[in-house]
Amino acid sequence: MMKRMFIMLTALLIMAGLPSVSVADPASDLKQFRDFFKKKFPTVKFDDYANGLYVLPGSEEYHEQWVAFNEFPPYELGLAEGKKMWGKPFKNGKTFASCFKNDGKNIAQGYPYWDEVTQKVRTAEMDLLKCMKDNGAEVTEKGELKEFSDLGKNQNARVNLAELTAYFYSLSQGQRVNINLSSPGAVKAYEEGKKFWWARRGQLNFSCANCHMDLAGKNMGGNQPLSAALGHPVGWPAQRLEWGRLETIHFRYMTCNSQVRAKPLKHGSEIYNNLQFYETYMSSGLPLSAPAMRN
Amino acid sequence: MATERATKIRTKTQSGVTDVLVLVSHPMETGQRTDPKTKEKIPPHFIQKMTFTLNGKEIASTSLGTAVSKDPLIGIKVKGTKAGDKIKVSWSDNMGESGSEEAVIG
Repeated sequence: MMKRMFIMLTALLIMAGLPSVSVADPASDLKQFRDFFKKKFPTVKFDDYANGLYVLPGSEEYHEQWVAFNEFPPYELGLAEGKKMWGKPFKNGKTFASCFKNDGKNIAQGYPYWDEVTQKVRTAEMDLLKCMKDNGAEVTEKGELKEFSDLGKNQNARVNLAELTAYFYSLSQGQRVNINLSSPGAVKAYEEGKKFWWARRGQLNFSCANCHMDLAGKNMGGNQPLSAALGHPVGWPAQRLEWGRLETIHFRYMTCNSQVRAKPLKHGSEIYNNLQFYETYMSSGLPLSAPAMRN
Repeated sequence: MATERATKIRTKTQSGVTDVLVLVSHPMETGQRTDPKTKEKIPPHFIQKMTFTLNGKEIASTSLGTAVSKDPLIGIKVKGTKAGDKIKVSWSDNMGESGSEEAVIG
């Protein structure tokens, strides 16, 4: 009898809880998200989450290795390439700096952002490519840049873009993530990204949250601990030891998707943009540390 | 055509010992890999010799081979350096490419 009452009571409680979940606004999502990690890892300071899995309890050995790598991080080679690209004038004499506010310095904390004109989320990669297009780079029939088409498969082009983006982010290093969600369109894109984050997918039937929230800091059939979602985007473009090159965050999403045996989406697809938008908002207030070394 | 390969050098002195680290952007091809498109073997291309000099005097040299990773990071420790000492690293590979970089110990 008691047991039945208990079940009924919990059912009632769950039902009562539902409406408040469905009207959750981004700000309360953010609070919930942060509280989740605060409770999970009470010893980790908020700012430290910008440094990826290395700050989680139990990752001390990885932290040591990471510190050693940061003595002379191998991404400096790629970053130097990105810097070269950034400074090289286009045919019309302008440079990348001309496409951005404040010459591209200290603005990356607002990326990705909601663009009212196109009614889409725009990433740093998109703006960098648009800058090349606007300044006379060759375009294919589809309107894509000739040099940077099919980024999912074209590794050289993608790495070049990652290096350039890494340099763009490095100009804003230390700035705290600040995403503007003031327009209804932005909130809608945010909701789309949120849906993707929490939806299960692939043969293994995992959502992003299963690994990077519930199992954060634990090994999951892999040879290294899973990172915590909080602080995910602030280190990207990053160089993973496994890859030995700078890569874009979308490529990471693609590989994550195939790791749960789901078909990866296209590099630069809208849903990845929205996911990045959601993830970055969830890391609001963390200092940008890109480019970074990651496992 | 030989492309320009970046060589970076960094030094750090701590309690009388100077750590010299060198990072080279180099493919370090072993000759074992096959190009997935053309199905042809990729010819070996690796750094063979790397030497360090302190104020013009050779202090260390090493023979590298195909077992060394792509974009290798190579370090030596030097005792008894003074501030202002010049340390130079130079390398050459099996395809005749070479590179060098200098740093002043601070």
